[in-house]
Amino acid sequence: MTGKDAALHLGVLAVLLAAFFVLPEYHSGSLARIMVLAVYAMGYNLAFGYTGLLSLGHALFFAAGMYGLALSMQIGGWPALPAFLLALGAALAVAGAVGVLALRTRGVGFMIVTLMFAQAGYLTVLYFGAWTRGDEGFALPQEVRNLFGLDVTTPAGRYFAALALFAVVLLALGALVRAPFGRTLIAIRENEARAAMLGYDVQRLKWIAFVVSGVVSGAAGAAYALLFGYAGATFAGVQYSIFPLLYVLLGGAGTTLGPFVGAVFMFYLIDLSSGITTAYMLVAGLALVLLTLFLPQGILGTLRRRALPWLP
Amino acid sequence: MEFGPHLMLATLEGAVTAAILALTAMGLSVVFGVMRVVNVAHGEFYMLGAVIAWFVASTLGAHPAVGFVAALVIAPLLVGSLAALADVLILQRISYDPERTIVATIGLLYIIQQTTLMTFGPDARPVEAPFNSRIALPWFEFGDGGFALYWPWGLSITSYKLFVIAAAVVILAALWLLMTRTKAGLVMRATQQDSAMAQAFGIPVARVYALVFGLGAALAAMGAVLIVPIQQAHYLMGGDPLLLSFIVVIIGGLGSLPGTVIAAVLIGMSDGIISVFFSPTLAKILATLAVAMVLVFRPQGLMGKSAA
Amino acid sequence: MAAVILSTRGLTKTYAGVQANTDIDFDLPEGEIRAIIGPNGAGKSTFVGMLCGRIPATRGSVTFAGRDISALPAHRRIALGIAYTFQITSVFAGLSVHENVALAARRRLSSSAETEAKVAEVLERVGLADRAGQIAGDLSYGHQRILEIGMGLAQAPRLFILDEPTQGLAETEIAEFKDLIRSLTGTTILLIEHNMGVVMETADRITVLNFGQVLAEGTPDEIRANPEVQAAYLGTAHA
Repeated sequence: MTGKDAALHLGVLAVLLAAFFVLPEYHSGSLARIMVLAVYAMGYNLAFGYTGLLSLGHALFFAAGMYGLALSMQIGGWPALPAFLLALGAALAVAGAVGVLALRTRGVGFMIVTLMFAQAGYLTVLYFGAWTRGDEGFALPQEVRNLFGLDVTTPAGRYFAALALFAVVLLALGALVRAPFGRTLIAIRENEARAAMLGYDVQRLKWIAFVVSGVVSGAAGAAYALLFGYAGATFAGVQYSIFPLLYVLLGGAGTTLGPFVGAVFMFYLIDLSSGITTAYMLVAGLALVLLTLFLPQGILGTLRRRALPWLP
Repeated sequence: MEFGPHLMLATLEGAVTAAILALTAMGLSVVFGVMRVVNVAHGEFYMLGAVIAWFVASTLGAHPAVGFVAALVIAPLLVGSLAALADVLILQRISYDPERTIVATIGLLYIIQQTTLMTFGPDARPVEAPFNSRIALPWFEFGDGGFALYWPWGLSITSYKLFVIAAAVVILAALWLLMTRTKAGLVMRATQQDSAMAQAFGIPVARVYALVFGLGAALAAMGAVLIVPIQQAHYLMGGDPLLLSFIVVIIGGLGSLPGTVIAAVLIGMSDGIISVFFSPTLAKILATLAVAMVLVFRPQGLMGKSAA
Repeated sequence: MAAVILSTRGLTKTYAGVQANTDIDFDLPEGEIRAIIGPNGAGKSTFVGMLCGRIPATRGSVTFAGRDISALPAHRRIALGIAYTFQITSVFAGLSVHENVALAARRRLSSSAETEAKVAEVLERVGLADRAGQIAGDLSYGHQRILEIGMGLAQAPRLFILDEPTQGLAETEIAEFKDLIRSLTGTTILLIEHNMGVVMETADRITVLNFGQVLAEGTPDEIRANPEVQAAYLGTAHA
């Protein structure tokens, strides 16, 4: 069983590695962006898909990572690596604090509280417009954007940096959800009261899952700023809390590859429709409604149920 | 202007905000109260009300008052029907599962907003007020000659704004009568108490739900029609009312009509007053955090008795 | 007499001014099978809920294995060696039978080999071995109840609390349940039960609750002969 999982994950990574040399530059550029967004969605999936915590405020953690890196580089003049670590620390701190508070609520209350905290975060980005430049955002200069000597402003550097992050997160989260810790998270999602009455410290486990989820989301935010050289308030807005939910729902909540599959589909759907109309978020709205109505388990979730029960 | 007159102006502006907010939040509150549904698309029904008001007024092209009155009837009806349709087509099919409902209404939010962007366009468009005379307001001072009234420059309000406040009061009173004095209200309250029991007593619960969802959206649309002569119609205008309505409904206790009105007045007034004296962004940050804290430490405010 | 493993002093629960349990003093010796009986609404589920921490007590103390556990949250009490099965079946409906039992065993056991061995042993013992791969929610009601008992066994508890375990079971399943309970030598068992056949055949001693208070306590024969108990049951039966 675990052999199949590992083979599938390594196979996907191998295909992605080869894809760079096969795809035209436009699509490999898109794919780099998709992989970073998929990392964000994989982080989200740990909270929503595995633990059952439907957060509407993960943009807060994405933005914590993004601004943690971008501001420490821009204002502090830090090199990329320490800035990236600081970004992870920022996401950890924000997710830790929000988790302590928000996890006192459940269900609809949890959704609204996370939404509110993220909204407060978005407004805070606007409030400190002198540094963040608000909605307009700011660009990171090309010369500082390199990691371990890898220039991430070139298409190849960007692609392989994105792939490296994607690979680390996919394999790490894949192992995590197979481990007893991950199985317990699934148990909490399925029946929280029962999990508590088996002696599990449900509250603590939910907090850990939420924080890991937030840190992974923050890593995606930091990577986004570094690879694409831009930080803006849009990434802290409600829309960016909805995107990972959308990717995960579309690809399949609680599947390891669902977030990636969802991100690929959604990215190209929006990309194609934005060529036709400025109202490209219409596609996202329709997708959300149609998914809840007809495909609540998403693409891989449905596939797992119908044909491939071993799918991780 | 001096502090006193300034405060009075802020209070009056706050009262207008509070009046519109009370209508909009009441729509959200009624829907949650009866159906236990959190409607994230509520702000878009508000926006739709304003946009339809613009279409009606500009199509009729007659005297502003004719267009306005027509809009006040047509916009809530259209928006209410659309919402009822969405309830039947989407929410009933997912059995109002709380989490899926929120996801579906987020989808609805984008569908309405983006469709408006495609048809109405990205520009803000004004609707002319049916009447709009300026009324100067007096202030007082204790000068050498003792107590004296005077009319400070800039201290005034329009007749239309006073009308908005009055109209909101009338609509809310009518809603109150509907809920407490009519058979329809009784049916709604029975459904709220226990929908399974209501069903057993022959109340067509599905139809009641569709009507209540439509009524909630229509209230938001009415608020928007009233505001649109003051604030232009724009496809993104639904965001703030949604957030503020959430705040009102959470503070006021979900589903409680008097609580909603009191909270709307409180928040509408303080929003007006705070944003005159402080940065509006800072005021919003503090308000948002405060509401989150209410939910965290008093979740029964939102979840009622069902919280374990 | 064996050492007391569980005791309560003055345990009381008040719901909105109504007393569901009043000053219950209760002692359970280690290794005993104890049944709690009483008319509907006597406060039996409230009582065991306060023992395992699912329901917070209004006042009073609970001592388990010589330790005051009154202030501990439910999961800490369970971790000390209490297992609890719900009155209304509560399994992980979306997960396999195997995973349900593994979740119960895993918290205590460090290696996956130990967990696997324990799961296999438990499934064999409760007769669900051939259904290990099924989704728990697809099992029949009776099998779900048996799975719950299996999850309790997999925790290897020192005290096993069962809230109406035979409710909704068929006659043959009840017979199997009685055999299972009697075979658990060494485990202290606290059983809420309506089926008097099960109570009389399995319990060493019986505690009778009525209106949230202990009405009587004794061996099955003593309880059967107790006129107050008869009155309580007849009283409610004809009320």
